[in-house]
Amino acid sequence: MRRHGGLRHRLRKAANAIMMALSGASALFGLFWLFWILKDLIHKGLPAFSLAFFTKLPTPPGMAGGGLVNGIVGTLLITAMATLIGVPVGILAGTYLAEYGRQSALAHAVRFVSDILTSAPSIVIGVFVYAILVQPMKGFSGLAGALALAIIMIPVVTRTTEEMLRLVPNALREAALALGAPYWKVILRVCYRRVLGGMTTGVLLAIARVAGETAPLLFTSLNNPYWNFNPLEPTGTLNVTIFNYAMSPYDDWRTKAWGAALLITLGVLATTIVARIAVSRTQRLGSQR
Amino acid sequence: MQQPAEGAAKTAVRQAPPPGPAAPARPQGRSHPGNLPDVLFRATTLFFAGLVLLLILAIGTVLFAQAHLAFSHFGLKFLWTKEWDPVRESFGALPSIFGTLVSSFLAILIAVPVSLGIAIFLTEMAPPWLQRPVGLAVEMLAAVPSIIYGMWGLFSFAPIMARHVEPWLKHHLGFLPLFQGPPMGIGMMTAAIILAVMIIPFITSITRDVFALVPAMAKESAYGLGATTWEVVRNVVIPYTRTGIVGAIFLGLGRALGETMAVTFVIGNAHDISLSLLSPSNTISSTLANEFTEATSHLYVSSLIALGLILFLITTIILSVAKLLLWRIERQVVGSVR
Repeated sequence: MRRHGGLRHRLRKAANAIMMALSGASALFGLFWLFWILKDLIHKGLPAFSLAFFTKLPTPPGMAGGGLVNGIVGTLLITAMATLIGVPVGILAGTYLAEYGRQSALAHAVRFVSDILTSAPSIVIGVFVYAILVQPMKGFSGLAGALALAIIMIPVVTRTTEEMLRLVPNALREAALALGAPYWKVILRVCYRRVLGGMTTGVLLAIARVAGETAPLLFTSLNNPYWNFNPLEPTGTLNVTIFNYAMSPYDDWRTKAWGAALLITLGVLATTIVARIAVSRTQRLGSQR
Repeated sequence: MQQPAEGAAKTAVRQAPPPGPAAPARPQGRSHPGNLPDVLFRATTLFFAGLVLLLILAIGTVLFAQAHLAFSHFGLKFLWTKEWDPVRESFGALPSIFGTLVSSFLAILIAVPVSLGIAIFLTEMAPPWLQRPVGLAVEMLAAVPSIIYGMWGLFSFAPIMARHVEPWLKHHLGFLPLFQGPPMGIGMMTAAIILAVMIIPFITSITRDVFALVPAMAKESAYGLGATTWEVVRNVVIPYTRTGIVGAIFLGLGRALGETMAVTFVIGNAHDISLSLLSPSNTISSTLANEFTEATSHLYVSSLIALGLILFLITTIILSVAKLLLWRIERQVVGSVR
């Protein structure tokens, strides 16, 4: 055995120390950007928050005052519509993968495609919805924006649902089947109930994912400086407002853009953290049993 | 895979179910009249699973149909024409394709070493009490919406690049063609750095998952022989997971190629092809974001959709490669354990 403190030993130790320092530095590098961005967001966005910001409509260009209530409500409405469209589709598709398809070629193909769609450029999905909905209907609409976001949600919900259903032990299904329950009832009453918590958090993650999306809304829901509750009309959202306001020459609009940016980020990060903690808890529980 | 699945990026590593316990015996004989709800429920789930499959075909087909006008007007030359002139209705995709590829390539150059470093830190170095918060923080970096990166990049980061980093680069490396032109802060380099920060969490979380697949036995054997942590990483972990690492890089590349809002704010939006990293440029997605709603003629819209089709094809190919590589390592690991 080589004597401790020999040259070769010291070189190996030194190489190890350098590489470990570099990997620690990488972690710091990642954290550094997160904190830098959050610091600037809070610093520049907080002054924009006021009662008017949350309750008033935007003022004409260059006029101070007003708020972004239309964008806040628009973002909530479009995200809610997207959830209503995307979540049922995703849950049923995920149910097929976990309960029926399993190892079949079709199931593998669906998994493959949904993993690709998860990372597909969101702007391309915007173009797609423009072509199938905005052009034929001859107008931008909140519904088109919601459909674009729903298409982004579907693969995420599909895969989460499958993951969660797979945590359900087969013994549970077999026990229910042995009692004479039909399989569809077993899925609805036993499997879904068992993973309800996990699926809810999965859906929350998908919502957080799309709530900050801007690119697919640019040419689907467009923008609207007024109240709008008609899903067939253009609808203002915080995200598109940020894009328009940040590029504008008005200081007041830029401040509002920072405020909107802070609001969106807080919402998305808070949802993500809550869902993340809950997900890892269910999965720990699942893997223990 | 013991790691709890966290983060959208992770879907890529999640796998086909292990060949575990056999599927529960299902009621046989579908023709039995009492089985009608069963058949219906199965058909419904099958329909929606098929819908996911159809979705990707529909996107490709619709884009192709709408891009047809541009391709029949300009021919395949559209792909390598440099000019993009809405006034004279002369469109070529080359500047946007060039910007897309170069900005993503630069982003990968920056992001890969950092991501590997973070993954090594999280799996081999950090004490358990540090793993969770640091891991969560990196995931947060992925959750920050793209438009926030863009806006922050334009107002906070670009001025620092313009005032400090780019003048320094010009002063010391200005003789290279890479650092020509005025230091404006916005341009290819700023876009690539922001892109890198955005894809770091994706590459990190997959690499970390893949690292976790290395059998503890293999690592412990190496430690037992007296290997240092770095030697274990270099000689055991990385060779064992090479396929997975390449898969993670391709996934990051796929993300970078299609990223829109962050790039649109900071790349400068000029349809130029320049060797200099300081000069403003354009990507396919930033061209779409900037010009789509302003496009007035059919040919203009069709040319933009043709750009979208090109982006869709490139990312689909890259992401498919990523997916196949990640499937391979998963099978390899499952195979070697059993």
